[in-house]
Amino acid sequence: MSGMEQPGIIRRRLLLGVPLVLLAAAGGGWAMMLERMQQGEFDPHSLPSQLIGRRVPDFTLPGLTGAGFTGADLQNPKQPMLVNFFASWCVPCLQEAGVLGEIAKGGLPIWGIAYKDAPDATRAFLAQNGNPYARIAMDRPGRVAINWGVYGVPETYFIDGGGIVRWRYAGALTDAVVQRDLAPLLARAEKSAS
Amino acid sequence: MIPELGHFAIALACVIAAAQAVLPIWGAHRHDARLIAAAPALALGQFMAVGFSFLALVWSGVVSDFSVMNVAEYSSALTPLIYKITGTWGNHEGSILLWCLILSLCGAAIAVFGRGLPSALRARVIGVLGAVACGFLLFTLTASNPFNRVWPPPPDGQGVNPLLQDPGLAFHPPILYCGYVGFSIAFAFAVASLLEGRVDAAWGRWVRPWTLAAWCFLTCGIALGSWWSYYELGWGGYWFWDPVENASLLPWLTGTALLHSAIVVEKREALKIWSVLLAITTFSLSLSGTFLVRSGLLNSVHAFANDPTRGIFILALLGIVIGGSLLLFAIRAPVLVPAGIFAPISREGALVLNNILLCSIMAVVLVGTMYPPFVQLIVGQQISVGPPFFDSTAIPLAAPVMAAMGLGPVLSWKRAALAPALIRLWWAALAAFVLTAVTFHGLGGVAAVGFGFALWMVLSPAAELVERSRLFRVPLRASWSRLRLLPRASYGAAIGHAGLGVSVAGMVGMTLAVHTIQLVHPGETVTTGGFDWTLVSLRDQPGPDYVARVATLRVTDARSGAPVAVMHPARRAFPLQQQTTTDVSIKTNGLRDLYVAMGDERDGGVVLRIHVNPLAPWIWFGALIMALGGALSLSDRRLRIGAPIRLARRAAGVSVPAAAE
Repeated sequence: MSGMEQPGIIRRRLLLGVPLVLLAAAGGGWAMMLERMQQGEFDPHSLPSQLIGRRVPDFTLPGLTGAGFTGADLQNPKQPMLVNFFASWCVPCLQEAGVLGEIAKGGLPIWGIAYKDAPDATRAFLAQNGNPYARIAMDRPGRVAINWGVYGVPETYFIDGGGIVRWRYAGALTDAVVQRDLAPLLARAEKSAS
Repeated sequence: MIPELGHFAIALACVIAAAQAVLPIWGAHRHDARLIAAAPALALGQFMAVGFSFLALVWSGVVSDFSVMNVAEYSSALTPLIYKITGTWGNHEGSILLWCLILSLCGAAIAVFGRGLPSALRARVIGVLGAVACGFLLFTLTASNPFNRVWPPPPDGQGVNPLLQDPGLAFHPPILYCGYVGFSIAFAFAVASLLEGRVDAAWGRWVRPWTLAAWCFLTCGIALGSWWSYYELGWGGYWFWDPVENASLLPWLTGTALLHSAIVVEKREALKIWSVLLAITTFSLSLSGTFLVRSGLLNSVHAFANDPTRGIFILALLGIVIGGSLLLFAIRAPVLVPAGIFAPISREGALVLNNILLCSIMAVVLVGTMYPPFVQLIVGQQISVGPPFFDSTAIPLAAPVMAAMGLGPVLSWKRAALAPALIRLWWAALAAFVLTAVTFHGLGGVAAVGFGFALWMVLSPAAELVERSRLFRVPLRASWSRLRLLPRASYGAAIGHAGLGVSVAGMVGMTLAVHTIQLVHPGETVTTGGFDWTLVSLRDQPGPDYVARVATLRVTDARSGAPVAVMHPARRAFPLQQQTTTDVSIKTNGLRDLYVAMGDERDGGVVLRIHVNPLAPWIWFGALIMALGGALSLSDRRLRIGAPIRLARRAAGVSVPAAAE
């Protein structure tokens, strides 16, 4: 082998080292992603919402019993609140019912929007699993959900005291998610209020 | 008891693999004949141990031993037997064990079929395979043990994922993995040659058949996966540029490039460094493809259970295997001296063009797949790269590949002239132009040009064979004997190229597909694609572990009213897994698919997705032809034994490419 050394070998060495450098860059990137993913800072599966940082679009929906609510109610809320899209036919909604109940008990009002659901079914669902909602509106055609950019039920939005959407979560809420995402938001909202 | 034995067998295999990694390579380095001779035995021993543990896992599935967590989570008492077996690799842990099994099979194959190799090279190849196997068996043992127990065992399992309860997908992983892991042999040859510091014509000849075999499997695997997404997902498409799909396409592209560059190494001793790099890249992409899709980093419809801790183990392992081989490459490759010199217009030149273009496509697909997570990491903004990007970047690169494909095989080695080569293929080119011109008006520019390319790819290999047989210029009998004397590898290449043409025709046909999505009530008729589709009835039908809701459609010709088909699309509800799958109904006549997928029911009607897909089956049929071409080429004696048949040598007057000796 030593007899094969030739001029220009240094340049060739550098050139043939390029794949290794590329791999190191890619590997470093992957490692960082994995590490941040474990810390919950990086989520390639998150679904960004167009509503973040804005007010909710206009709408008027009938209620389950009596009056529903409108976009104006959410654009000028009296205090921070959650809006939860749910349906009686949705299994994850059943899973998050307990978590929603805890949040409601903690004093944060939750307004529910029943998505493509029959009123009787919604009533039965709430009777069976508890009703954490301060107010309930019915979105039977699902048009309001489309305007909001709802990905699927359940989906939860946090609206701050100024009526701006600050956070959106697609999927069933868990205690871990509430601790990680919602608690800091609430703390910030309280601080700005006081 | 059996699961414990299986678990133990993995540990045993891991130890054997460690010995397999160290002893032969050390022996080859020290010229110790005893250590070198130990290599095949160790490879076979590792294969037996992994094979036993795999059988133990299959056994646990078949007897429904729900104390094994893997069985409890992915099988149930009601699962049909065939899916109890295939379910063993339908999950993370089982599929990794299958992966290890195929890797050990590769080592065993070298041990059994590699008798013609120099013993030191064989020892190094087996050693490198052992090192890779050792790493992944260690991963299996520590982070993804398929034999973990649950206590107390549940009365019934959770059942196999309904999407996987399908014959196409059940056999998809083994075939795909044979492709992925098969490239480990080319990789091992590359690393072994770097250790030896020598790449010569013989290296090219040894690497080619193994690469070809892996390529055939990968081609079939990708086609099967695409076919599955066509008929099972019910979205009417066959390729979605999804990260998991791209992950299988990347090694296919570089593997195809390697297949061609190894020819140049064998015949002309050129492109040696490049081929070694391709071999390393191909297996690296296979590895990344199999494992990064499980790390949860890529957003995909093909969900795997994600576990970041596993991800870090995998990343470290990939770093050692890929980084180590590339480090060795950076140190040792500069001393490999290129020998063959050739003009740009020559067979070598055409193969280099093929390599450049295939690798460019690979780079484009790789960038498109990796861009979203990296952008999110660096800028913090979430973006997605979709089919428009891939279509607009990959197709312009694919077109010259298709154009050059017909031309390359008729160019001579070292130096060739373009004009005589083109003249030899005149009728194929003319036919392609005529087809484009004729269809231009009716089908539009893109489809017409696409069909022209497809026809060119099918006809140019035929034109090449005709040319070689001197048909119509010498007596018919002489032509026949010339054809018979052509090596099978030539036929294999011609069939492989034609197969790609058939696939391309199918893909172009799919761009002309018409579809509609409508709410249809029983008795109503939808007219689309020149057919009347009447929904006759909706009814329930029980299955072994699901309940199906079946629609019956009568399809008639819209103009004549003649009956064409009766179709039964269905939705299957799996109560155990609380999941629904679509059971698409497809009726084909070879030229077009009638395709109906059933959606949600509403107000007494049902949402139907109706497609008429022209030439759709050709996509997968073409892939099958490609793989058959590869298999035919594999059966060539020259590839298997490295020696031409005597007859071919004697009849040297025939324009058969001379074998390398």
